[in-house]
Amino acid sequence: MQRIGVFVCWCGSNIAATVDVEKVSQVLAQEPGVVFSTNYQYMCSQAGQEMIQESIHKYNLTGVVICSCSPRMHEATFRKTCEKAGLNGHMVEIANIREQCSWIHKDKDVGTEKAVVLGRAAIAKVHLNAPLTAGQSPVKKRALVIGGGIAGIQTALDIADAGFDVDIVEKQPTIGGKMTQIDKTFPTLDCAACILTPKMVDAAQNEKIHIYSYAEVESVKGFVGNFNVTIKKKARYVDETKCTGCGLCTEKCPQKKVPNAFNLGLDNRRAIYIPFAQAVPKVATIDADYCTMLKSGKCGVCSKVCTAGAIDYKQKDELIEQEYGAIVVATGFNPIKLDKYDEFAYSQSPDVVTSLEFERLMNAAGPTGGTLLRPSDGTHPHTIVFVQCVGSRCDDGRGKSYCSKICCMYTAKHAMLCREKYPDTDVYVFYIDVRTPGKNFDEFYRRAVEEYGVHYVKGMVGKVVPQDGKLKVQASDLLGDRQLHIDADMVVLAAAIEPDETARPLATKLTASMDTNDFFTEAHPKLRPVESPTAGIFLSGACQGPKDIPETVAQASAAAAKVIGLLCKDSLTCNPCTAQPDELMCNGCSSCEKVCPYGAITYADKEFRGPNRTTLIRRMAQVNPAVCQGCGACTVACPSGAMDLKGFSNKQIMAEVDAICR
Amino acid sequence: MQQRVKEKALELLRNGTVDRVIGWKTGEFFYDLTPAVFETAEEIEKDFVFSGFSGANLSKYAIAQSRAAGKTAIFLKPCDSYSFQQLLKEHRILRENIYIVGIACEGMLDMEKIRAAGCEGVVSVKENGEELIVETLYGDRTLSRKDCLLERCAVCKSKKVVIFDEMLGEQGDEQETARFDRVAELEAMTPEERFAFWRGELSRCIRCNACRNVCPACSCEKCVFDNDKSGVRNKAAADPFEENLFHIIRAFHVAGRCTDCGECSRVCPQNIPLHLLNRKFIKDINELYGTYQAGADMETKSPLTDFTTDDCEPSIVHERGGVK
Repeated sequence: MQRIGVFVCWCGSNIAATVDVEKVSQVLAQEPGVVFSTNYQYMCSQAGQEMIQESIHKYNLTGVVICSCSPRMHEATFRKTCEKAGLNGHMVEIANIREQCSWIHKDKDVGTEKAVVLGRAAIAKVHLNAPLTAGQSPVKKRALVIGGGIAGIQTALDIADAGFDVDIVEKQPTIGGKMTQIDKTFPTLDCAACILTPKMVDAAQNEKIHIYSYAEVESVKGFVGNFNVTIKKKARYVDETKCTGCGLCTEKCPQKKVPNAFNLGLDNRRAIYIPFAQAVPKVATIDADYCTMLKSGKCGVCSKVCTAGAIDYKQKDELIEQEYGAIVVATGFNPIKLDKYDEFAYSQSPDVVTSLEFERLMNAAGPTGGTLLRPSDGTHPHTIVFVQCVGSRCDDGRGKSYCSKICCMYTAKHAMLCREKYPDTDVYVFYIDVRTPGKNFDEFYRRAVEEYGVHYVKGMVGKVVPQDGKLKVQASDLLGDRQLHIDADMVVLAAAIEPDETARPLATKLTASMDTNDFFTEAHPKLRPVESPTAGIFLSGACQGPKDIPETVAQASAAAAKVIGLLCKDSLTCNPCTAQPDELMCNGCSSCEKVCPYGAITYADKEFRGPNRTTLIRRMAQVNPAVCQGCGACTVACPSGAMDLKGFSNKQIMAEVDAICR
Repeated sequence: MQQRVKEKALELLRNGTVDRVIGWKTGEFFYDLTPAVFETAEEIEKDFVFSGFSGANLSKYAIAQSRAAGKTAIFLKPCDSYSFQQLLKEHRILRENIYIVGIACEGMLDMEKIRAAGCEGVVSVKENGEELIVETLYGDRTLSRKDCLLERCAVCKSKKVVIFDEMLGEQGDEQETARFDRVAELEAMTPEERFAFWRGELSRCIRCNACRNVCPACSCEKCVFDNDKSGVRNKAAADPFEENLFHIIRAFHVAGRCTDCGECSRVCPQNIPLHLLNRKFIKDINELYGTYQAGADMETKSPLTDFTTDDCEPSIVHERGGVK
């Protein structure tokens, strides 16, 4: 029989307001095995922890039940407390009477009753607990960064700077991400390429950084400190080691009508291409969807003109396996598709563009060479209407409920740049609110209004109709309480941003959690903002939520700091709650091996003594405790119930259920 | 065919291909054939029977016999071969010690159905193509074979022997049948009606464990119901409902591994339609993860122990009320 101490925490008024803590400690004192029961205002305080330690000594406690907040919050704290008093940390159970009880109940009687039940379940489990000892597992001193935008590049540079090897996996043929498509950056208006491309080159030249461009993460196995990742390098039909990036092939390729994805389809490129002049790596890639050689076997022009002999039409996708100690997700964002917003005539008129397309139209390396021209007829637009919140803060189900955060500022930037370069243009911005919380942000916006004379109108555009070469814009001016009709030459839509479409499948591979909008969830929104709840997975940039460039870079460096902190360690303490098969019951059927996400289970033939001095040889599951993460998948897959999880055995869980149902 | 099977058993033993044969022998009555292991030609001459009543699935016996010294021959009807291959997939049978003789099958007979056709005092049943000549104390009766098939044979899923060393008769094909119709009917019931249906059926259970003991998927070294650590061994049921749950738990344990051989329902002395529980699982798996037949091959992973990133969330699919 265990000698159990019960400690009920008030958590100030967090618990005590809706749970009668005195009654809970009195009722639980009557449970079998409980030799001491008390309550205290803050059990996690130094005084509270000392009280637990003194009681362990005074009453010779062999088990401790703490009725407090979620174990995610303080289980580690209380385990340490008890270990200092000589009790094994796994003899401590937490009954969560805050998140699962006091915070969700209003009625004190109901809350008190439930707290007692939760306490009883924890006591029932402690009766079956056994001391567990954790082992150590080594840390692979190499990091993987998934996504090579500004977030991924910054994270990789910082990790490499600390002396660790980093690999960047980028699905596009070049690193750089969305920032390469942006013209100027707010609030300083410096050119995006000027500040980004040196970083891209730094990453490429850094000995510690290896860039897998045109590659994707195929599968992820393992766990913190020991991830085993398969990277798929997609066939680019060009030998990266031979290609000099001279670009001759991209000029000679006869297939000229490929929509140029880098310019968002505003112009065309060849079937073999280098996305833009400063691409890193500067290596050509063949677009297999358009290349006539790959499709019909007739052409081969690029191969003939390539003096380096780099073209290889037979190249295949290549799988690379690599081990990592930590993984950083930096998959970024995309503007949403606007097919549900027909009222803005995006699909009807080429002169209705998204803000990112507008960036390309303003950019010196863009389809118009930096002169702002209407895509439809190449004339200079005189009246431009900007529409904000297209799909953001949207509650009609067509868009996103959240604020995309960056649109107010880039729209102010666009409006300001238009007025500066082309003072003869009339610029209107329609907004719900203008949100400018950020260093020098509001000053920037006010300059747009006050110095550059941009017409800011509070209200939304109801309809855009292409008519006689103009765009008839119908909008409401809420402050002036009137309807506006504007004959515009161009309309620019600030489309909401959403996580990249690769984020959801990647999260599944990483077992990292996501919110309903497919943004990666952080371990704690305030206190652990750059870590995923999955150990060893870190978050960088807009994959975690909408962010501008300064915030992205700050988070990227923060994630790098966390990775460096992890890779500095030589070994990590393993989880002692690992699976263990009962050899007498194991069928050797391999069900557990099939579901084990960590590859912790192997099989061996073992001799058993049968009746009448015979020996039987049976196939038997074996768990490697250094690899097992205690997820418990095997225990439910096992048809005979031979597999059990230390610390969470079926018996312990059934005892808890029984105690709750009693 | 009846004679060919017996001759094959004799031949394999006599020419030394195998040391023993797993087959069928007559029980108390001519229609209750039971599985048996034969080690000599004499035993075979005396007791070996293959007939329309050889419904018993022999695959389970290969687990123990494949570990005995020497080689063992086993006769597998198409549906038995699925069970055999599933056990092989689970590493339960040592293939190299087994010689498989596949038997083409025209469906096995159900004595209950012959009796239900009004035959009392049945002395023997002669199989004559599509006809059955039933000899009774009160004279002969002629019945149509297809009216007297076991439920599982009336909706036979496959006439293909999926694994064999030698084949007796014509190899057949998988078949489209109405085996899920009854499950669909149960699905169409309200939860209350369905609960009442199963409470009614399961209330007849006498916990004889025949279903478990005959089931090839229920071949664990130690069954959870016999396991001290499970906390349910020898436990008196608190109420009849707890007793009913035995079958629900068993269905969960064999889900994804059950080949729908139908032995559970065949042996149930209380005629509980236990196969419907398993078929519900099979139907759900087919609908949620694509068609899957346990034991059909050695390679395909069972959807319940496999994970792909495009797996559906079953609860979400069911909320939508539809298929993937």
